[in-house]
Amino acid sequence: MAEITYLEAIREALFEEMERDENVICLGEDVGVFGGAFKVTEGLQARFGGNRVIDTPISEIAIVGAAAGAAHMGMRPVAEMQFIDFIACAYDMLTNYVATSRYRTGLACPMVVRGPSGGYGRSGPFHSQNAEAAFLHTPGLKIVCPSTAEDAKGLLKSAIRDDDCVLFFEHKYLYRRIKGVMPAGDHLTPIGKARVARAGTDLSIITYGATVWKALDAAEELAKSGVAAEVIDLRTLAPLDDDAIVATVRKTNRVVIVHEDTRTGGIAGEITARINELCWEWLDAPVLRVTAHDVPLPSAPALEDFVLPQTADIVAAAQRLLTY
Amino acid sequence: MSGKRASKLTRSDKLELYYWMRITRTLEERLVNLHRQNKLVGGLFRSLGQEADAVGSAFALEENDVLSSLTRNLGSLLIKGATPADVIRQHTATADSPTRGRDLGLHFANLERGFIGHISPLGDMVAVMAGVTLSFKVRGEKRVGLVYLGDGATSTGAFHEGINFAAVQRCPLVVIVESNGYAYSTPIAKQSAAKQFVDKAAGYGVAGDRADGNDVLAVHDATQRAVDRARAGGGVTLIELTTYRRRGHAEHDNQSYVPEGEVERWAAENDPIDRFVRVLLDREKVEQPELDAIDARVAAEVDLATDQALSSPQPAGPDALTDVYAGGSRVAPHWYRAPAAGRESERS
Repeated sequence: MAEITYLEAIREALFEEMERDENVICLGEDVGVFGGAFKVTEGLQARFGGNRVIDTPISEIAIVGAAAGAAHMGMRPVAEMQFIDFIACAYDMLTNYVATSRYRTGLACPMVVRGPSGGYGRSGPFHSQNAEAAFLHTPGLKIVCPSTAEDAKGLLKSAIRDDDCVLFFEHKYLYRRIKGVMPAGDHLTPIGKARVARAGTDLSIITYGATVWKALDAAEELAKSGVAAEVIDLRTLAPLDDDAIVATVRKTNRVVIVHEDTRTGGIAGEITARINELCWEWLDAPVLRVTAHDVPLPSAPALEDFVLPQTADIVAAAQRLLTY
Repeated sequence: MSGKRASKLTRSDKLELYYWMRITRTLEERLVNLHRQNKLVGGLFRSLGQEADAVGSAFALEENDVLSSLTRNLGSLLIKGATPADVIRQHTATADSPTRGRDLGLHFANLERGFIGHISPLGDMVAVMAGVTLSFKVRGEKRVGLVYLGDGATSTGAFHEGINFAAVQRCPLVVIVESNGYAYSTPIAKQSAAKQFVDKAAGYGVAGDRADGNDVLAVHDATQRAVDRARAGGGVTLIELTTYRRRGHAEHDNQSYVPEGEVERWAAENDPIDRFVRVLLDREKVEQPELDAIDARVAAEVDLATDQALSSPQPAGPDALTDVYAGGSRVAPHWYRAPAAGRESERS
């Protein structure tokens, strides 16, 4: 089986799901004839037609709102945000309408809002953001952040079949850098389950998205000095896999949480609180965080590299944990 | 405006229109009484003086069409099958209310009956209804959507994005702008520099129409034309209905910003029910006893609904934790809310 990229894996998931279920439609800016700003949806309109692969006006509120309305009627819309930064324009629709609809009125919103997120690409304040923490706080939404090509496909297929709204945050730095061999058949990765990306016994690095790869690099680096780091790839942020978090804490007793998003109010704070509540007595050291600094993401390489977490930062945090 | 179309309504249709306007008003008057007795949860929003616009427009829909109401469209929900008892339960937040006590007032939905209530951020439902009607188009169904908003909601981004998207996609959607004088306290002149809201239709490239919102036959006529156009594949129509909000934004609002005599003038000269009664008596040869009989039926129905709703149970606190997600999901209660036996674990 040939390897395909993370981006091609996402496209394959869209093709397969649109083929399987005629209720699946795609809508977003430039997704049709042009195939999307990153070409994720390339070929979809030629295959499935303009009725099911819909070029929209520059209107994130309408894209998300229309997806919700179509979802009420039994369709399975996949809405693209051209860059995930623009999901902020649809914040009201997602938090006030989509997230509350089932709870209040019983009307479901089985839909996916997907798009390219993340930095390390020198793309500046409006094309590099990570939106997950802004939505983790809203009950009613699910949040998925795949790090591998296999998961990008398997999680997107699961998200499209999910009966609730799933925010599917793709990492554009991984689009063409990461490849994988897709499992045969109808490949579904369950939402809500983390995976052990690398097993270890001395400390745990809990992360998701692009920083999974930095954590794996750090683990490799640490292995040279005899330290066995475990890397947990959360894959899903809402719902968080508490069992996987507790299991790794009980195994290694030392934890660093890594994320590319800014620190204050970020995912790491939530995970730290859960560790306190669920397994504090298993810790041999305080939980550490390696995250972006609390600034908008700047464009210049030296600035971006300074702000974002790097492999050396994770190694430094690991060493600090081990010498606590 | 009541032209050829309106004449297609039969005498019994017109008596039905009277029934829906009357029950809207009587039910709201009952809610006012309950509000004054402190039996309601939350505020009470009236449609007094605007009954014709909700009733006349919703009456133009077929059974499998879908509408999304706004604050002052109780009549449209009743036509679509919301029961008076459910409306009262929505205002008393009972366990058996359509939203099981989770949301209030007209914020409820029943897709089988074809209605989706609004949420408080205005304009959002225009975008949602663009999606509902997009599904009709994608599936080739001959169904139509109707969404209401007020003059104030035309200032929102969601209205603009929603109607523009629906216009580009030629969705079978009718957008009704109820121009009722005020958005909370803000008069129309401070909401929009447009001379009339129907002028916005041209900017979106959609059909526009304007009707006297207090003339139930004119409202029905304009809506019927728009619904027919949408069903025939003609896309979106924006209808401006001119009316007047005779009560405040909600019952707490003393309307201090309204010029003296304005409310009284509308009540005396342009009440939609009074006007329609004159039409029925003068032109339709309806006899007063027929209307009296409808009034008596309405009163009995509202009495019965009140008795039913007031005997409904309140929800239990832990009921708040279910159905955030599909599949009968239930959020675990915090340890200090859990029964004592569950307190060993701090799993939250």
